[in-house]
Amino acid sequence: MAIETNGNGNGKVVLEVKNLHTYFFNRWGTVKAVDGVNFAVRQGETLGIVGESGCGKTMTALSLMRLNPKPASRIIDGEINLDGEDILRRSEKDMRDIRGRKISMILQDPQTSLNPVYTVGNQLIEALTHRREHAKDLKTEAEESLRSVRVAAPQRRLHDFPHQMSGGMKQRVVGAIAMACDPMVIIADEPTTALDVTIQLQYLRLLKDIQVETGMSIIFITHDFGIVARMCDRVVVMYAGRVVEEGPVRGIFNNPSHPYTEALIGSVPKLEERVERLYQIEGQPPALYDLPVGCRFAARCPHVKDKCLEEYPDNFDADENHTAACWRLDEIWDKLPSSSK
Amino acid sequence: MQRYLIYRVGQSFIALIGVSMLVFFLTRLSGNVLDLMLPIEATPEDFERVEKAWGLDKPIVVQYGLYMKNVLQGDWGESWKWGSGALEIVLEKFPATVQLAAFTLAISTVMGLTIGIIVATKKDTPFDWGGKIVALLGQSLPSFWLGIVLMWVFAVLLGWLPTSGRGGITHMIMPAVTLGWFNVAALMRLTRSAMLEVLDSEYVKLARIKGLPEWKVIWKHCLRNAAIAPLTYFGLVAGFLLTGSVVTETVFAWPGTGLLAVEAVQARDYQVVQAVVLFMASIFIASNLVVDILYAYLDPRIRYN
Repeated sequence: MAIETNGNGNGKVVLEVKNLHTYFFNRWGTVKAVDGVNFAVRQGETLGIVGESGCGKTMTALSLMRLNPKPASRIIDGEINLDGEDILRRSEKDMRDIRGRKISMILQDPQTSLNPVYTVGNQLIEALTHRREHAKDLKTEAEESLRSVRVAAPQRRLHDFPHQMSGGMKQRVVGAIAMACDPMVIIADEPTTALDVTIQLQYLRLLKDIQVETGMSIIFITHDFGIVARMCDRVVVMYAGRVVEEGPVRGIFNNPSHPYTEALIGSVPKLEERVERLYQIEGQPPALYDLPVGCRFAARCPHVKDKCLEEYPDNFDADENHTAACWRLDEIWDKLPSSSK
Repeated sequence: MQRYLIYRVGQSFIALIGVSMLVFFLTRLSGNVLDLMLPIEATPEDFERVEKAWGLDKPIVVQYGLYMKNVLQGDWGESWKWGSGALEIVLEKFPATVQLAAFTLAISTVMGLTIGIIVATKKDTPFDWGGKIVALLGQSLPSFWLGIVLMWVFAVLLGWLPTSGRGGITHMIMPAVTLGWFNVAALMRLTRSAMLEVLDSEYVKLARIKGLPEWKVIWKHCLRNAAIAPLTYFGLVAGFLLTGSVVTETVFAWPGTGLLAVEAVQARDYQVVQAVVLFMASIFIASNLVVDILYAYLDPRIRYN
């Protein structure tokens, strides 16, 4: 029951990520957290990034803002074209101007993402001063921006400290801060994971409403396929630092083409069924400092053949605008011998 | 906030009363003072007469009550060694200690905080390693040794600084380094670890997401959150320094309260001992109270609970 937005795939591309690599370097070796990620986001569209913990979702998001942990990690290759320019080529000083104004982010845990020692108003105004034009005075603007995220009595709330607010309210404030300068793209990194289920729904609606009003693009990071179905127009599935499947939300649900996507969708419990044990994907994802040559899911895949262990698959078309990196989609698959192991 | 203040001031008073009792009763445990005060040829009648005159024949609880009544009226007893008021003696030595303490505190706090912040933001670089060496030396060099070595190098060999005594700012440099290096090291390490924790927090991430310049992220968003642990330490150090350092004051012949305390104990001049300890305790408690008020200023969660 997706809320329809401008997800028809016709909007202008505002963010294009090409071959992005973000590696961590430590004394034990190189951790390939993001290892050749490609995707694009159109104006007014919601793109979901799905995958289990440690698959590189959050590192991808932080890399998009060039806020990956430093000096532990570095973006070593790729392009991030935001509004027509590659931000990886910009200086750190330019980046400060881009952050908040062109691309922004809502963090996962509202309990810790506001500074406990400053008032909400102080933190909000700080984000607003970043905007060049000041139509009215900052306090009125701050009130308005709280009103836009449906906070009641905003003029009073401005003087509150974060600890005087509920989790849902704090997350709205974080949203107001992130959207203070009307960014083109907003990254929402599991913004509802820490909220009650009822508040979650309210928050998701709010994000959608604001998207309809402002036409911003949302990158929604989650591991919850229920939220994906509700929020997203297109989905990118990540596994072990790479995109394994990409397509429109309907295509992904109706025709999951990568065994990992199939397994992820299969592990969503269904209300109408009674089962003894919940479905789980056997095994563990590979260690990111010691990746196999072939398909990274091969060790957990029920369909594995020798080819999968030897060579990483290309992106094959599954159906319209829908690709998956799996040898099963190759026409030679049926002729391949099954696994010798 | 008002409730918090009243509560903390009340606690401080209770602590002061406790200290005064301890001081009073403990000094009484050191033996009969009359043995010390009266000449060897004094008769039992003399003893009885003096005992009466000083009120020493009354029960000890009554003596304590009388003592406290006098203390509150500004009469802290008479020194038998120096022959003047005990409080006056303490107050006479106190400015020297305050001067050295304030100088040391100011320098070591500024240095400890600044170096701590720098090494935290430059973690695992040569800055950080350099900071670690400064901290290691500061925390392991004993002050009596450091004081003497400094004196030998800068006063005897180089002749840049005066060896000892109280005078201009040049007289304070070596005692301040001796007293302060340890504090710089401790403050630096506390600041570093607190800053590292805060730098890793989500609200710092959000501050960067907003596009704030790095100096604002560090000096506005990090420092105030990271200041609690260094502030606690600052309170303790302020107390220690303001009550006078026995070793450093002795090495540099600095005429402060630390020296006075040692001399009073050696002479069993218990009115002065009482006065010194009570005075030091008051300063200590006051500096802790100030720190507690500063906590509330720094962190609204303390202010509102």
